[in-house]
Amino acid sequence: MNRGVAVSYLVTRIATLGISAAILLYAVPPLVRTGSWTALAILLAAAAGIGYLYLTKRHVPAKYLVPGTILLLTFQVLPVLYTFSVAFTNFGDGHRGTKQDAILAIERESLAEVPGATDYALTVATRDGRVVFLLVNRDTKQVQVGDAEGLSPVDDAEVGLTGKVVRAKGFEILPAGERDADVQALAVPTERGAIKSVGLSRAIEFEAKRKYDVSCDCIIDGANRWTADGDRGYFVDGSGNNLIQGWKVNVGWANFGRVFTDPNVSSNFFETLLWNFVFALASVFVTFVLGMSVALALHSPKMKFKRTYRTLMILPYAMPAFAMLLVWRDMFNTDFGLLNRLFGTHIDWLGSPSGARLGLILVNLWLGFPYMFLLTTGALQAIPRELTEASGIDGASPWQSFRRVTLPLLMVALTPLLISSFAFNFNNFNLVRFVTAGGPYAVDNNLVGKTDLLITYTYRLAFEGGSGQFGFAAAISTFIFIIVATVSAIAFRRTRAQEEVYS
Amino acid sequence: MNLKKTWWRHLFLLVVVAFALLPIVFVVSAALNPIGTLSTAEVVPTGASLKNFAKLFSDPDHSFPRWFLNSVLIALSASFASVLLSVMAAYAFSRMRFKGRRIGLLSLLLIQMFPQFLAIVTIYIIFTRVTELYPTFGFDHIWSVLLLYLGGALGVNTYLMKGFLDTIPKELDESATVDGASHAQIFWRIIMPLVAPILAVTVLLAFISTINEFLIANIFLREDHVKTLAVGMFGMLGNDTREANFGAFACATLITAVPTVGIFLWLQKFIISGLTMGAVKG
Repeated sequence: MNRGVAVSYLVTRIATLGISAAILLYAVPPLVRTGSWTALAILLAAAAGIGYLYLTKRHVPAKYLVPGTILLLTFQVLPVLYTFSVAFTNFGDGHRGTKQDAILAIERESLAEVPGATDYALTVATRDGRVVFLLVNRDTKQVQVGDAEGLSPVDDAEVGLTGKVVRAKGFEILPAGERDADVQALAVPTERGAIKSVGLSRAIEFEAKRKYDVSCDCIIDGANRWTADGDRGYFVDGSGNNLIQGWKVNVGWANFGRVFTDPNVSSNFFETLLWNFVFALASVFVTFVLGMSVALALHSPKMKFKRTYRTLMILPYAMPAFAMLLVWRDMFNTDFGLLNRLFGTHIDWLGSPSGARLGLILVNLWLGFPYMFLLTTGALQAIPRELTEASGIDGASPWQSFRRVTLPLLMVALTPLLISSFAFNFNNFNLVRFVTAGGPYAVDNNLVGKTDLLITYTYRLAFEGGSGQFGFAAAISTFIFIIVATVSAIAFRRTRAQEEVYS
Repeated sequence: MNLKKTWWRHLFLLVVVAFALLPIVFVVSAALNPIGTLSTAEVVPTGASLKNFAKLFSDPDHSFPRWFLNSVLIALSASFASVLLSVMAAYAFSRMRFKGRRIGLLSLLLIQMFPQFLAIVTIYIIFTRVTELYPTFGFDHIWSVLLLYLGGALGVNTYLMKGFLDTIPKELDESATVDGASHAQIFWRIIMPLVAPILAVTVLLAFISTINEFLIANIFLREDHVKTLAVGMFGMLGNDTREANFGAFACATLITAVPTVGIFLWLQKFIISGLTMGAVKG
């Protein structure tokens, strides 16, 4: 082994150890603090595995595969698998946590001031960075600390003239008004309800109007009661009305079934699905035809200015696409748009469903044809000129030699990329989100528009329009995956057959 | 003489060039137009000034230079790191024979079909928890987005890279092994220099797709100072502000375009082979 190898060997070993140690030092404490033991075990096992892998000389292929694979597993495979499992739950706004979380939330929501409640002088402090209440009972002068867990006594506290705590061991007193959001949010649970802050230096014990009763598995509020419904993840009263706060339960195939059975969803879903297919196919088709035509037009030894043409043609591909999409949107604008100005018209181009759909495909044509032009140019260069010349000598017309010789050879080379292009356009989020935002919308339906793709619909279900239906959105993501995977699988199979035919 | 035979080709190409250039000319004109609103923008500007550029950099409502920096930072590190990760994996798949190689390649092909952003719902749920534990890698920090982009890297590029590496004759590294080179030396000193031009193109394409990424960035980067260009500039043309900001927006578009267009033209020759090599190898 020469010196250079020895040094680089040493350096990589030290770097490995250093980086792993740094990651552990950073990542372990929060996991210990929150008691996430499973995560901690996985982390330590992974660190030990990486240490072993890079400190020994064995398992060479793994040394090259592991860095990317870890990232792939953590940030792609895991979320994808998790998506499949979320698709079987009602996870979403109102159904985020466990049943216990829901009960706590319902009880806290119903907190109300009652006469004769215990009154405390409040001092806001922090302990290990978390906001806590230092509470002095106005009658007994006893000092207690309250946090999200409950009340506990404080021994070493000095109470000032105002009745507030001035100093306490292990606590840092906060100036008034600081970390206001945390102060507002803190409710110290007690037997009757919870202690909450009222103003800057006072806290009162509130009573929960609605209380959970284990014996009937229900929430009781005076004469009203809501019984837990484990299938829907709600507390429901006798007439079927539920409390807003629910919890996460498994709903089986309900999210998938909703696509077919819920009349509000199903008609839109199939219209969206159909448009999604039409859009992706049309996009691939028009961009490919225009790109190929340009490449063929340039593909002649007699042509001049080839370089100039090529440079100008790829400009749309090189421009920042997201910005150009917004420019296109404003070119279509009814009042000030460039198109209306050029033609002297006053047309709402994107206002009608068919107008908006054609507009999207036109914009996609502009954006996508340079890529197809580059692809075809590359593929054409790989086709020997003798082949087309030979067919010419055999008496074929230019069209025939294109149709019978050039096109089939092009398709062999380009089909896999056309499939990728289909898959990409099937989920072309940016185009739809930026140009039409899914619109136009029907008057009675603001959840799904006429140009929505499944991916933009999913996005809206989860993040926009305040609906937060994560479970249902995950089910639609799963649908998209199945569709794209099926189409790609079929298409790839056919390419293999095609290659065998022409090779 | 030649022109007589090819005039129809030129005619067709000129029409397409006009189509390709129309929006770009429109942006240039809007950027230079001294009034700089959507309603004053025209294809051919009447008068020209750099007032919109000045407005873009002085407007207190948004911080374009910051977005630019964030975008370039994220896109540069994501594109370089992801191409490095995938060329490493491709090296293992192309040059080494090991247990699980076939399964590994097949799973990559399968994973490739499930784009990462389809899992956006659960990515969001997972990162809600990550934000509680490690704020630096959570929402409103560019680290989170960077990690996510790297997570998608292996699925996208490895197959393509393996195709590139397969075209390099095996005899090269075999003779190096005989001379006593280690696997790391072969990778860095022999393979990497040979695929460098193709890697440059792949980095460029990864750079462009990262700059354009909106879906994930829009959910993760909500504070003005961590926004990327795509998220920030989308906000510039909000419903109330789009009329007034259009000139400044056009300037921002041009500034964003200059570096990519420059590199694109510079690497033009390699781009065609870079794109189609993947096609031939499938």
